[in-house]
Amino acid sequence: MRHVFLDHQSATPVAPEVFEAMRPYYTEYFGNASSLHQHGLRVREALKVARQQTAALINADSEEEIFFTSDGTESANLAIKGVAYANERKGKHLVVSATEHPSIMNSVEFLEKQGWTCTRVPVSPEGLLDLAALKAAITPQTVLVAVHHVNHDIGTIQRMTEVGAICTAAGVPLYVDCEASAGWLPVDVKAFGAALASFSPHRFYGPKGVGVLYRHKRARLVSILHGGVQEGGRRAGTENIPAIVGGGAAAALAQQRLAFRQEHTAALQRRLWDGLKTHVPYIKLNGPEPGPDRISTNLNLSTEFIEGEGQLLLCDLNGIAVASGSSCVSKSLKISHVLGAIGLDHALAQGNIIMTLGEANTVEDMDYTVETFAKIVTKLRGMSPMWDEFERGVIDSVINPTGRGKSFSQHAADISGKAAH
Amino acid sequence: MSDTYTLYNSTVMEHFMNPRNMGDLKDADGVGEVGAAACGDIMKISLKIKDGRIADARFKTFGCGSAIASSSMATELIKGRTIDEAMNFTNQEVVDALGGLPPVKIHCSVLAEEALKAALEDYVKKHPESAGK
Repeated sequence: MRHVFLDHQSATPVAPEVFEAMRPYYTEYFGNASSLHQHGLRVREALKVARQQTAALINADSEEEIFFTSDGTESANLAIKGVAYANERKGKHLVVSATEHPSIMNSVEFLEKQGWTCTRVPVSPEGLLDLAALKAAITPQTVLVAVHHVNHDIGTIQRMTEVGAICTAAGVPLYVDCEASAGWLPVDVKAFGAALASFSPHRFYGPKGVGVLYRHKRARLVSILHGGVQEGGRRAGTENIPAIVGGGAAAALAQQRLAFRQEHTAALQRRLWDGLKTHVPYIKLNGPEPGPDRISTNLNLSTEFIEGEGQLLLCDLNGIAVASGSSCVSKSLKISHVLGAIGLDHALAQGNIIMTLGEANTVEDMDYTVETFAKIVTKLRGMSPMWDEFERGVIDSVINPTGRGKSFSQHAADISGKAAH
Repeated sequence: MSDTYTLYNSTVMEHFMNPRNMGDLKDADGVGEVGAAACGDIMKISLKIKDGRIADARFKTFGCGSAIASSSMATELIKGRTIDEAMNFTNQEVVDALGGLPPVKIHCSVLAEEALKAALEDYVKKHPESAGK
């Protein structure tokens, strides 16, 4: 059986050269960067190199603007809470896009319980931030604006220079979540006008266990982890040296391979989406069409009349690894808040899966995925009462309305006695 | 990959991959279709009743792997039961027969119970003389 990994958004294999760079820091150069002897000083030097490599990937001025954390979630928590606490006396208002990652949304909710307020700026049906609403949301009490570069769910690329200009004009620091873009799309913190930015090397052939937070030297930030004075006192705790070294090496590799990665994944993305929309009826791409507004690695798909987890399980049984953002994914029964924010019909949000491309994917992988996915959809529709009811005209399609039958959501509400969500 | 890992136990996976009694029944005596407000899953069970017993059962499910497996198992379990017996059917039988479901997926088995009962109620409504037998 062919194995096709289409979940690069969650993890990538560590590149061999990255792994080689990390290896001696587990065994030979095991020192703690806080130690003042040779063992400590040696790894301190390695930390500095990794800072330079990660700073270069995002066009930061200096390695001193780089803090290493454990992952993207920690970076987001530090950025949101660290800036909010540092500026508490200035104001207690935050502005975020409605489609930020849960690590940002939930950090904001945590602060809201402690007296901060937050404005969530709406996005268009394709996930693009409403810039006029952003501008209007900023008040004299606003201490931070958070907008992602690329959406983790639907792949929308935000107009970062315009977002940055609005924040700069208002004099409010901007935090840019680059977790879904760094390593695949150029990130330029200066062009973005970003005061803070975060990304994680495990998304681009680096190891898990390291996150990168950029902070412009003038942006105020207090620590949320208390202990020693590692990372300039902004992030206490022993540095994960092998992972940081690997993160640096992955950043250097990403700079070399950025053009290839973009070109390679863009071609595969078009082939995959063209194939799917040709061979699978009633399928919808959520977010912008492949092109300048969408990252080349992401396809977020809603297939009507079937549910997402079944699609994921059958893909997996056929060697294809995809992610499911659907309601019935094991740990959460809720639909993605991003799909809610773009106004996606509930019926389509339930039949949602995400495919994210990477370097090792091939044209043959795309063709196999299209062929296999079409069979999976046929199998699941054969089991679905909704497909049968659609064919009999009881319910209608959201993607391609026929004008007969009621909506899926209405039907679901009628038989469950409650409105769905 | 040398090993295969599964999201559910082997019984659940087996019923998901090869569901029993999937489809509709021509001239069904009772049909129940229910939706779960919690997750949006929809399940439909059709029954053929003969001499006060469930002679045949079919399901169709819009839902996750455990919802499909739950409806498959439920239709297997209820065949041959009297209407009264079937009215006392509980989701726990489905959970037990499947060898357990993850806690967050127990509601799938509840949906199967509800779909079955909706189908039985549909039958009883059409055949009031059968009630309580």
